[in-house]
Order: sequence, then C-alpha cells, then structure tokens
Amino acid sequence: MSTRISDKFAALKAEGRAALVTYVVGGDPDAATSLKIVAGLPKAGADIIELGMPFTDPMADGPAIQAGGLRALASGATMKKTLALLKAFRKGDATTPVVLMGYYNPIYVYGVEKFLKDAKAAGADGLIVVDLPPEEDDELCLPAMEAGLNFIRLATPTTDDARAPAVFRNTSGFVYYVSVLGITGTKAPDLKSVAANVKRLKGHTALPICVGFGVKTAEQARTIATHADGVVVGSALVSAVEKSLTRQGKATAATPRAVHKLVAEIAKGVRG
Amino acid sequence: MTELTPNSYRTGPDEKGLFGIYGGRFVAETLMPLILQLEQAYKDAKADPAFKAELNSFLEHYVGRPSPLYFAERLTEHLGGAKIYFKREDLNHTGAHKINNVMGQILLARRMGKKRIIAETGAGQHGVATATACARFGLKCVIYMGEVDIARQMPNVFRMKLLGAEVVPAKSGSRTLKDALNEALRDWVANVEDTFYCIGTVAGPAPYPEMVRDFQCIIGDETKRQMMAHEGRLPDSLVAAIGGGSNAMGLFHPFLDDRSVEIYGVEAAGLGLKTKDKHAASISGGKPGVLHGNRTYLLMDDDGQITEGHSISAGLDYPGIGPEHAWLNDIGRVTYGSATDKEALEAFKLCCALEGIIPALEPSHAIAYAMKLAPKKPKDHLMVINMSGRGDKDIFTVADHLGVKL
Repeated sequence: MSTRISDKFAALKAEGRAALVTYVVGGDPDAATSLKIVAGLPKAGADIIELGMPFTDPMADGPAIQAGGLRALASGATMKKTLALLKAFRKGDATTPVVLMGYYNPIYVYGVEKFLKDAKAAGADGLIVVDLPPEEDDELCLPAMEAGLNFIRLATPTTDDARAPAVFRNTSGFVYYVSVLGITGTKAPDLKSVAANVKRLKGHTALPICVGFGVKTAEQARTIATHADGVVVGSALVSAVEKSLTRQGKATAATPRAVHKLVAEIAKGVRG
Repeated sequence: MTELTPNSYRTGPDEKGLFGIYGGRFVAETLMPLILQLEQAYKDAKADPAFKAELNSFLEHYVGRPSPLYFAERLTEHLGGAKIYFKREDLNHTGAHKINNVMGQILLARRMGKKRIIAETGAGQHGVATATACARFGLKCVIYMGEVDIARQMPNVFRMKLLGAEVVPAKSGSRTLKDALNEALRDWVANVEDTFYCIGTVAGPAPYPEMVRDFQCIIGDETKRQMMAHEGRLPDSLVAAIGGGSNAMGLFHPFLDDRSVEIYGVEAAGLGLKTKDKHAASISGGKPGVLHGNRTYLLMDDDGQITEGHSISAGLDYPGIGPEHAWLNDIGRVTYGSATDKEALEAFKLCCALEGIIPALEPSHAIAYAMKLAPKKPKDHLMVINMSGRGDKDIFTVADHLGVKL
C-alpha cells in the first residue's frame, strides 16, 4: 500500500489544518495543457489531487464536469493517456497523493487487473469509482486493495447509521462525503447539515473525512474545514478551465493560471 | 467442463441482482439505499394479493387487456410457410406494450407514498404511457427526453404535455435516449425523498430488470392461454424486436422452460452490422460493459466510451440491452438476430398492405425477421410475432424515408 495519503493526513494533522483536495479532468482541455494544470496544483495549494478519468456518460456529474469530460474526449483522451499524464506528473512530484476518479466501464473494458497494475505503476495512490457501491466490492474494491491502492468510498446524506458500517468496511485512505443530495457542482451544501453528518459519520470510521460537491468559494471552504479533515473542490476548477478557453474552445496561456489562481484562493480559505 | 443445463431458465436474478454475470447494482451511493428500499417494496407488493387484484383490474378496464392473439392469414399465405399470429399489444391503451409495466410501477409508487414520478423516453411511447398513468392518479410527472428525439417525435411530446407531464430536454452528451436516462438518474439523486423512477425497459440496476419483466410477462402468459385455445398446443416459435428488450422479455419469459419453443430476439441493424456505428445491435455488434446500473452488452469504443446506436426506429437505438437478454444469449436459450432499416421498412409496408395493420417501426423489425424465417418452416409451424406497438407515431419517419412530403 502506498502511504502518500496517510502520510499527507498525518503531516496536516501536525500542522493543525484540513486538506485541500482538488479535482480536475485528465486531458481537459487537451493533454499538454492538462499536464500543466495538474503539475501546478501542489504549488497553488492543493494537498491531494483527484484526477478525473473522462467518461461519455458520467451519471453523477453536473454540467461543468460533463463538459470537461467531453472536451477531454474530443481532444483524444483515453484511459491510457490519463495514466500517461499521471506518470508525467510523477516525474516532477513524488509526494502529492493522486486519486484516480471516474466510472467503472472504462476500467472494466481496460481489464481490472491490468488497470490496477498500470495505475499503480503510473503512481496512483487511490481510486474513487462512483458507480461501485459496497454491494459490488468484488468487482474492483477488493482487487484494488490487494494491489496496494486505496479504495476511497463516497458517503452521502442517504448513508444512514444502519448502512454506514457496510460503506466503511472495505475502504481506506479517506472518506469522500458528498455534501448534497444531487450531482456535482449544482446545489450549495447546507453547512449546518454537513457539520452534523460529518460528526455522525466520525462515529463509524477513524479515516479522515473530506467534504465535496458544490464547494465553490474560499468562504465555504473555510467553514467546512473547521468541521472536516478536508475540502474537495472540483466543478469550480473545471468551470475555470472552460471560462479561460478561446471561442473555438482552445486553451490559452491563461488556462493553467486561471485554475491555479482559484486553487490558491480556496487554499487560503482552507488554511483559515 | 461442459456447462450444465439449468433446471429452469426462470429463476433469475440471484440475490445480487445477477443473471449469470449480467445485471447487478452499479449505482452511486446516494441511490443505493433507495434501490434496496424499492427492492423490498416490490417484494412485498408481489406477495400481496390485493396489489395483484388492483393491477389486474386496471389492466382489464383501463389498458384493455387481454390483447388479442390474431391469426395473420394473408401474411401467412404470402410467406408460404409458418402459420403466423400477431400478439396485438398495439391495441392497448396508449398504443404499445409500455403501459403494462407503467401501470405496475405507478401502483407500486402509490403504495410507497411517492408523489413525483420521473421517467426517460426515447421514441416517446414510455413517456406517453407514464404521463397517462400519472394523469389517471394525479401524480406529478417529469419526462426526460433527448433534445434530438424531441425534434423527431413531436406528436408524442405534445401528447405528454396534454397529459400534464413536464417534458425536460436532455441536452448533454449525444442528446438521445441514453442521455435522457443519465438525466433521469441525476434527477433521482437530487430528489430521492419524494421521487419514484419509472424505468421503461428491462434494464437499469436491480430490481428493475426483474420488476419490468414481471409486469410485462402478461404478454407471454396471455399468449400461452390464447394459443392453447386457438390451436390446442404451444407455439413453435416466438419473434420479438429488441431495443432494451421489454416487449421481448414479456413474451419470451413464460416460455423459457418450454424447450420445444424456438425463441428469436431481433435487434436493429440500422444501415448494417458492417458499418462501425450505424446500427443499434448491442449483442451482435457490442461487448459486455457497465452502464446505467447494470452489466450487459453495450455499444462502445475500445476505450469503454459509449457510442451512439442508430436505427430508423427511435425506440430501438439504445446502446444497451437488458441483462437477462445478455444472459439468455450467452447460454443459447434465445437466438438473437437483426433486421436493417431497409428490411424493417419493407416489413412495415407489407404489414400495412396485407393485414390492414400499421405497425410501429419497432415490431416491423420482428416482422422483417419473420419474413426470412417463416418461409423455411412447415405450414403447421405456429409462429407468434409480438406486435408491440402501433405505427401512427412513425408515419412522419416513414414518409420521410419514402420521399413523401406530408
């Protein structure tokens, strides 16, 4: 098992602050720009990187990330290229944890065993696969843990106390708490209910809990960081990519800068 | 090791929702508790005689069941082989088999106290059936439909609106049925408390494939009784068109253990199976993958990205197929073939001319397949074609293909 994730949370605990987890789509808007974006995230203030594996039918994602995935696919993104992007990133960064996030079909078609081997070799630390609930643990979760990758689970407002033990049974790294009933980047989280739910779930797991879905501002991040072990920002960054593009949808020199600027702003919030 | 033949083909799915390796519950965590709740509610309803009695009463008095099993005498003469019967699902209220399943699910939603119904639709038949039942019971109804499909199925869009439904265009991805399904799932995740998702075909996460199949099995159950009354014996073959596969599963399932009955499922071959992406034949031209909550045969590229199906029939161009069909294919109990746009169009015209029945483009694919199969069979071979819907909705498409301006 890679220890990058646990090392990171241990270090942050010593610093006394929450983690900033940043999500971007691999290959968005094109391979070269995407590498520049990812490579600059740690310096801008990201503690953990979630690298999205584009999929045509992302059923849990809102318009921003849907569009980001389609931009990446249109520019030629594939599973192999996403792993190559990670490998290139690792050449310059050996410590920042990277979690591959996506949907099961491209992994299933790639071949579970081969994917786990290649992902590990490329430098991945964990996986988040949205459409694999604990009921389907045999598919990827158990083989991933066997292969030395953290399998990070989503917990949601519908994960009640009866269900929580099953959700946390085969999970490691951290827990991703989905703060709203809904898809990514749409509703704003109700901060009171987030605090209560994180507290409730803490009773079921010793793992760090990071909170995401709908976090867009430094102010939201600041509040969530006081209740959770980490804050996840995704749609806002993917939207920043979109806003920086030319009318023809091409990246500009400003594209990585736009993402990094927003990350730096939210990092300030997280750091209090 | 040779695989053993099961004692029954009708026992699936298992407790994980699997038919062999197909099916399952591949959904986001937010939905999982609901899926389990729905599974329990369906189990309870199934065991409750009052639920069955209420459903049967609506099927008889509102839907108009039983639908006739009609001897297609002139088509039989024309083809010169098997004796052909049509199971007339086109005569149901709303003009297709879709209403059988919708009545079941809406009564279940009422039992569960859900006040808001969402559904996806491709050609609009399932959307119209859902809007109809929602109007009947005073439920709020939201139908997701791909923007592209809305443009090519305007009459059904207007019908849904007349029936009080809100029709929401799915603007993401390829803007057709698969995207409507994505949007419906996204809606469900955001509205889990009060919303019931009424899926229109034998696909999606468990328990949907099983539940929709059970509600559609009335087609095959009636066919069995009616054929016994007409001919004093079981049919020799069954033929049905397949998009997701609900009309086919409804006809096939009651016959799966009658080993003498040959069963044929007909996928849409569009412009031909040799074209890379101009067909919608998930079994003949796809491979196993995971989408919309289940593992099944899907149309996709080498990277696992879902591709678009093409068919002249908007009801067949879904890039997947129900998981039980995938299993029945692999174990060889059902033979899956296909018919092209052109063949379906020929069958459509022939059925109009010989039988005075305007079939939907979906069952036209089944007729097209039967046109090849029936002449090879003896005259005492009894063949049932599932006439799953009427063709009024398709006249614009057909006119367009025949070069006629309406």
